[in-house]
Amino acid sequence: MDHHTHSTASPRELQMARSMCWHCQSEVAGEYFCDRCVKVQPVSKELDYFTCLGIPRRLTIDQHQLENKFYELSRAFHPDFYQNKSTAEQTISLGNSALLNTAYRTLRDPIERAEYLLDLEAGSVKEIRNSPPADLFEEILELQDTLNEYRTTDRASETESTLRAKLQSERNTLEQRQRDMETALQQLFVQWDALQDRGEATGQARVERDRILKEIRENLSNRTYVKNIVSDLVSTIG
Amino acid sequence: MARIVGIDLGTTNSLVAYMAGGHPHVIPGRNERTMVPSVVAMTDNGLIVGDPAKEHLTRNPERTVYSVKRFMGKGLEDVQSELAYFPYQLTEQGGVIRIKLGEKTYSPPQISAMILKELKQRAEAHLGESITRAVITVPAYFNDSQRQATKDAGMIAGLDVLRIINEPTAASLAYGLQRKTQGTIAVYDLGGGTFDISILKLKNGIFEVLATNGDTHLGGDDFDRQIADLFVREILEQQGLDLTSYPDHMQAVRLEAERTKIRLSNELKVTAVLDLPGGKGRYSRDLTRDQLESLTRKLVERTLEPCRLALKDAALTSSDIDEVVLVGGSTRMPLVRQLVQALFGKEPHCELNPDEVVALGAAVQADILSGGTTDLLLLDVTPLSLGIETMGGVMSSLIRRNTTIPASAKEMFTTYVDGQTGVDIHILQGERELVKDNRSLARFRLKVPPLPAGVPRIEVTFLIDANGILNVSARDVRTGDTQSLAVKPSYGLKDDEVERMIGESYKFAADDLKARQLIEARTEADAILMATEKALKQGAHLVGEEDLSSIRTAIRAVEAAKSGEDHKAIRAKMADLEKATHHLAEVLMDSSLKEALENKKLTEIT
Repeated sequence: MDHHTHSTASPRELQMARSMCWHCQSEVAGEYFCDRCVKVQPVSKELDYFTCLGIPRRLTIDQHQLENKFYELSRAFHPDFYQNKSTAEQTISLGNSALLNTAYRTLRDPIERAEYLLDLEAGSVKEIRNSPPADLFEEILELQDTLNEYRTTDRASETESTLRAKLQSERNTLEQRQRDMETALQQLFVQWDALQDRGEATGQARVERDRILKEIRENLSNRTYVKNIVSDLVSTIG
Repeated sequence: MARIVGIDLGTTNSLVAYMAGGHPHVIPGRNERTMVPSVVAMTDNGLIVGDPAKEHLTRNPERTVYSVKRFMGKGLEDVQSELAYFPYQLTEQGGVIRIKLGEKTYSPPQISAMILKELKQRAEAHLGESITRAVITVPAYFNDSQRQATKDAGMIAGLDVLRIINEPTAASLAYGLQRKTQGTIAVYDLGGGTFDISILKLKNGIFEVLATNGDTHLGGDDFDRQIADLFVREILEQQGLDLTSYPDHMQAVRLEAERTKIRLSNELKVTAVLDLPGGKGRYSRDLTRDQLESLTRKLVERTLEPCRLALKDAALTSSDIDEVVLVGGSTRMPLVRQLVQALFGKEPHCELNPDEVVALGAAVQADILSGGTTDLLLLDVTPLSLGIETMGGVMSSLIRRNTTIPASAKEMFTTYVDGQTGVDIHILQGERELVKDNRSLARFRLKVPPLPAGVPRIEVTFLIDANGILNVSARDVRTGDTQSLAVKPSYGLKDDEVERMIGESYKFAADDLKARQLIEARTEADAILMATEKALKQGAHLVGEEDLSSIRTAIRAVEAAKSGEDHKAIRAKMADLEKATHHLAEVLMDSSLKEALENKKLTEIT
């Protein structure tokens, strides 16, 4: 199989914005349906997920509002309701539903939501996850050694139970670390939202914006790293 | 708009239902039974389906197919371990299992199509209209090949399959409609051959599936097999008789095992009796419910892990589940109910007939598609992760399991070598890291313009539609051209093969229809001849010679037409006979009226 590069429907890979009804060629003023001929309109690929689901571009969101809008749009777009319509409308219904489902899945989960927002605001976060967090570097190297040692020791030996206890304590430490990172991320969410709410365009605000985004990016990258280590650890000691 | 029916195409039994007056109804057959056994037998007079075919299981085991659903979308290697259990002969052609019946071989979709046709005819007879569109249910955990095979079966049967829906979600529709449930429910569906668990959130008419899991090879058949193995072992020990070399007796053992299991759901002890071959007398044995439960406990316990995984994927614990619903005949077993109750900590619901609830739900979904029901909407998920093969034989996941469908993912492809003109893509389904541990769905070759390495950019879109079936399309990002893809399924019929089978099926259908019409006309002709004879005996003296002679001529004409092959000719002569007997019938009516009056007078006098 040949090489392929990853691309998850990047929002900046844009097509022309929709402005004219595909069916009657009149100006589309309505949200998702043409006002004149009432045909469903394809959701523009330019539309970000927040706008698509009718919520402000914030990191702390109202889950109920999100779910209600998702259900409302599902009722508008789902292929079940286009069975008797034209092929063109069925195709639009299918595409819109798939997009809606992706948007909802992304925004519902706080981590995916933050990753998506980072992507929107500052470019992809996908490529930056290959080094352990600086302040955990020594600890993780040591942990790797202990893990390797544990894997080669006899089960039910004394060394095994010593190593096991050590790994268990490492696990507790790392899990605490994960919780701390989550708290920190929550705080960054609050800071980001507050900055957006103030809506300032000063140089200072721009500096603040870049700092928050950078910290979110670091937090997410560290989080993924620690999460992988923990799951490796859990699967080893059971 | 023409009616859409809902069909539950089951491992053991199949049903058809429709929506009327806001409620789904299962359609019974002429014998008043709602279930059509999913059995097809090849007899000397052609193929028969359902109850009559079931009788051939012991009479003609090599030519009677049951549990064909187990083979849908599979290759021979997938079912190697259980080949010994099936008395009919299985082979493989083009990655698809074939079943040998007499001289011909049939694919599982063709056999399933025969069952579907039976249901189609049943619905047509009941509703008095032609049925061409259907919603068909499949186990939630069916993969893409199994779903596609089910769709193919529908096409071969002459049905436009508007939607494939998952059995547990169908059941939730029927339950939700009846009970107006809100909240989080778990649907535990243990059928004849498959197990599914689905966790759903029901809110204001939206049925959102949060997670699903299951085992497409675990069901009532496996319980029967445990009991049958016990009988066969004991007969070998006690009588030195190896039943495995008697296919007809093996079927009798399987059926007796099933009967015993079913009765043990209501009784604590059942005596199983089997006639032995070669005049060796009878084998009889008491089986208690406790014994059955120790034989089947391991199998039933196998259903619990998928339940836990589904809860985990839904990010819920068992205490978050408001209601548990039982679906499928195997949930009648007390052990199943007991283990389900222990897992979820609440008594499961089983108000709706577990055999019918899936078909009822399919009818509700059919009504949604036809625009009749507008307040309900099912948001289902794909049960298995979808991905492609990357370097080193590793699967790269594109659409995760339990993603709401329709779902799509895009992937960009380029080249490694200058002038390379194609990229091979291998599509997989499953949860494992390595390609070899996952299900191969299909392969295709992406056409690439010959350019320096890395320059071409082809965007491939993988779309899982509302049926849970994959559609692939490709677009050259530089030119904007789209390309059509010839996707070669790993375990499925090719499009042209399905076309051919549809063609054959129409030919057979036309032959079948002609044969059926002829039989019906002959039967009715017999009835009218008999009635005429009776009338002549009672009233020949009341009509003139002219009437009598025209009646006799008409009788001879019906008899002559009856020995022919043309049902229309029979019907025409029957109409003539009715005309000829018109006067006789009137006279008889008068005389019987007169008699009735006279009798009345007599009774009044006395």
